Amino acid sequence: MNAFAGFVRKEAFHILRDRQTFWILLLMPLVQVLIFGYAVRTDVRDVRIAIVDPTPSTATRALVQRFASSTRFQLMGVYPTMQSLDDGFRSGVLRQAVVLPRDADRLLRGQATLPIQLITDGADPNTGSVMQSYATAIIQRWHAESVVRAGSLRIDLATRMRYNPTLESVNLFVPGLIALVLTIVSAMMTAISITREKETGTMEMLLVSPLHPWAIVAGKVAPYVAMGFANVLLVLGAAWGVFGMPLRGSLVLLLAECLLYILNALALGIVISTSAQTQRTAMIAALAGLLLPTLMLSGFIFPLESLPTPLRLFTNIVPARWFLLIVRGIMVKGAGLATLWQETLILVGMTLALLVLGARRLAIRLD
Amino acid sequence: MSAFAIETHGLTRRFGEFVAVRDLTFHVAQGEVFGFLGANGAGKTTAMRMLIGLLEPSDGSAQVAGYDIATDSEAVRRNIGYMSQKFSLYDDLTVQENITLYGGIYGLSNAQIAERTHALLGRIGLEHARKELVRRIPLGWKQQLALSVALLHEPKIVFLDEPTGGVDPITRRRFWELIYETAAAGTTVLVTTHYLDEAEYCDRLSIMVEGAIAAMGTPGEVKREFGVTSLDELFLQLTRPGAA
Amino acid sequence: MRVILFLMRKEFLQVFRDKATVFQIFFIPVVQLLVLSNAATFDIKRTSLAVVDEDRTTVSTGLTQRLEGGGRFRVVREQPTTAGVEFALLDREVSAVLRIPHGFEADLVRERHASLQLQVNAEEGASAGIILTAAQAVLADYTRELGMTMGAAGVVRGPVLTIATQGWFNPSRNYKHYMVPAILVSLTTIIGLLLTAQNIAREKELGTLDQLNVTPITKGQFITAKLLPFWLLSLMIFTIGLLIGKFVFGIPTRGSIPLVYLATAVYLVVALGIGLFISTFTNTQQQTMFVAFFVMLIYLLMSGLFTPVDSMPRWAQWAAEVNPVKHFAVILRAVLVKGAGWEVVARPILILAVGGVGILTLAVRKYSKQAH
Repeated sequence: MNAFAGFVRKEAFHILRDRQTFWILLLMPLVQVLIFGYAVRTDVRDVRIAIVDPTPSTATRALVQRFASSTRFQLMGVYPTMQSLDDGFRSGVLRQAVVLPRDADRLLRGQATLPIQLITDGADPNTGSVMQSYATAIIQRWHAESVVRAGSLRIDLATRMRYNPTLESVNLFVPGLIALVLTIVSAMMTAISITREKETGTMEMLLVSPLHPWAIVAGKVAPYVAMGFANVLLVLGAAWGVFGMPLRGSLVLLLAECLLYILNALALGIVISTSAQTQRTAMIAALAGLLLPTLMLSGFIFPLESLPTPLRLFTNIVPARWFLLIVRGIMVKGAGLATLWQETLILVGMTLALLVLGARRLAIRLD
Repeated sequence: MSAFAIETHGLTRRFGEFVAVRDLTFHVAQGEVFGFLGANGAGKTTAMRMLIGLLEPSDGSAQVAGYDIATDSEAVRRNIGYMSQKFSLYDDLTVQENITLYGGIYGLSNAQIAERTHALLGRIGLEHARKELVRRIPLGWKQQLALSVALLHEPKIVFLDEPTGGVDPITRRRFWELIYETAAAGTTVLVTTHYLDEAEYCDRLSIMVEGAIAAMGTPGEVKREFGVTSLDELFLQLTRPGAA
Repeated sequence: MRVILFLMRKEFLQVFRDKATVFQIFFIPVVQLLVLSNAATFDIKRTSLAVVDEDRTTVSTGLTQRLEGGGRFRVVREQPTTAGVEFALLDREVSAVLRIPHGFEADLVRERHASLQLQVNAEEGASAGIILTAAQAVLADYTRELGMTMGAAGVVRGPVLTIATQGWFNPSRNYKHYMVPAILVSLTTIIGLLLTAQNIAREKELGTLDQLNVTPITKGQFITAKLLPFWLLSLMIFTIGLLIGKFVFGIPTRGSIPLVYLATAVYLVVALGIGLFISTFTNTQQQTMFVAFFVMLIYLLMSGLFTPVDSMPRWAQWAAEVNPVKHFAVILRAVLVKGAGWEVVARPILILAVGGVGILTLAVRKYSKQAH
């Protein structure tokens, strides 16, 4: 055990001596959470909209007012004709336009139909459908209130946005960012540092030492566990202190789950390193193979509900997917193990499976 | 143009507080085989890396092949060959591909490359392995190949940093024959080593201790100056003052 | 010039001899493009909903049926009390809970006005908004319908609102037309930038860089020779991706293909130049990859590839102006999807070109054959 402690010290020293890497590893994730926390939003706001109203009246001005006062929209202008729309859309100045019919005021007082056109820049259908539903909602409410009078029915929908009432993107991003950072710090760095020893031939020297191969691997990954954990604390600290992200559940549980995910990532790194011969292959496997799936198949940016069925089934083997559910569950919803035991169990199972796989392949290499 | 192939004045290199090379002043005549002798960490490699333009001196000046290393390093590079301590040809390329690459870099024509490949490989008896990946050929041959590549563009001076590290005595012997042939053809050779027997092969040598030159001259002069019969004895005397 | 050819030949030999790498750099992008293109949508097909129907009347069950029949909701729980719904929402069994209070129908008949309560799991902001508007739409339709039947006493007043929606540029609303170019940009950037950055770091680590540094190669020649091979490789990857996009996902190619390639060629110089620049100040491959990764993540996430740039705060939108990924994405989407021509993309291409010259100048200056 003494030899092992010495070995861990050597590895830790190795990282610490390289000051540049050490600070980069420690601070980059923090910088990112700050940038992303302020800048990246999945919700849609400030949609640049124009309204075409050939015959302005009190009623239509009420609609214009509704768009002007909404934070989701930025009113670019009210035009009498559709002529200027084309240029606006093509150059990107406009994203959306509401086209009112001639004599809207008279139609509102009548009994026939009130035809309104809603034009949306559909080049990005993702934001396009969101923009469209926001605009539709405003028009509908305006219509409903304009025609309310004795005799018409009204049903109010009292809405509660649970867990995240202000729809803060940070609450969505921080858990995803933790998963990303841990995947990289733990999985990629582990894979690369083990492959490096293989590439430079120092692995053989270690393997002839009295240390058990597993002790060597454990020694190599131990500093990265510490580093990953430090990253978690920093990112959480920033999320809480700077962005006021809630922590409704248990901190101890959260940290334990983070540790579990770090182990999972390390195991993944070990598996990659057993099959990679050079740092380059390890790098591409870890980065290209893990970065985009962690970004896109975990629910980080795109909701899992929107995936086609085969892909949704596939996300079941993406560890970040489960980790995200757990972290959001604990932080945003205040869930405990009673709700999250399944997800936790799945992560534990994955970690064990990866460790066994890594061990098998490592054993084969040693023969 | 300097009469000497290499000439230095007070060449010094510091790494923070540590002085790796201290006030190095020496000169090497053209066509000479000059040896840098010293224990590991005595500053031999650092000194050499300054001369070939891989490391900036902290102090002092040097001229290599008549060009100042501080102001004219590109001209220096055109006139030198270098073989590093750590094998630094591409081991995922074949013997021929490595030679072609460096031939091309030094601006040799295709005909020149073909001709010199033939000559160099013939000299070290590696013709048969021309299409082998460098990774697959034995260490002794790798070292000879590295020397050949360093000489490919017929430099005026060649720098060899511990060229015989880790090879067997027979290959070492063979290697020194190559060095003599090179010198006989008029190329100046600067070689570092920690093998004392190799030092005897040099025309002149300097013994470095803790970054400074402790002795310099022909092997005979150096021995006479310190009143010893072998370089072994001298070396021990210089590196462990208490032992002698 | 001849020197550069010799060096490039060496890079190609090294890359193509490494079978594992060749497999990875061509296989991984293809698979990821095929898989991830299906994943990049916010469009939620069906939301699982719990209905707590305390009213149990014709009107309330009618509402449940409309929700289920509209196609946007799947009613997975329907129960008379709130027992267990809290947990179902917490456990993600349902994404929303609609409560129809006791007396809902009676209120409607008597006072022509009644209330419902909707709770939405708002963990994911964008989805929550979509769920809410979908529910509002169903409710509006249902109200109108009820007004017709229940309005027997009086006549319905006011016009019927019809909203005709049009999506310009992408009338089929196929999000893949938008996202495939984005994923293509990401993959080309990731692979190209990493390979370039890693290449020099590897030569530093192996010591082969010293051997090159004692030769009379100029810095410009060196940087060019390190850039070009990976530039060509990245163009190949891009081409494969574009073909997949066209023939597998049917993305439109309305604009000029030479223009697309011009933009790609310029963009890749910037992206790979960033990789080169990183490798001029790092010492090991590990360090290089870590820095490259973080730089790349910032570029990708702040580019508007995945999230709308318009939603970002003003300063971030300014920052996006110096983000090459953003400009390339804009060009690619404009030319491919909107059929934009030179007059629209000239400015972003110019910005990219300036960036390319800038980053290469920096890399050449920062690259030193000599340690200090």
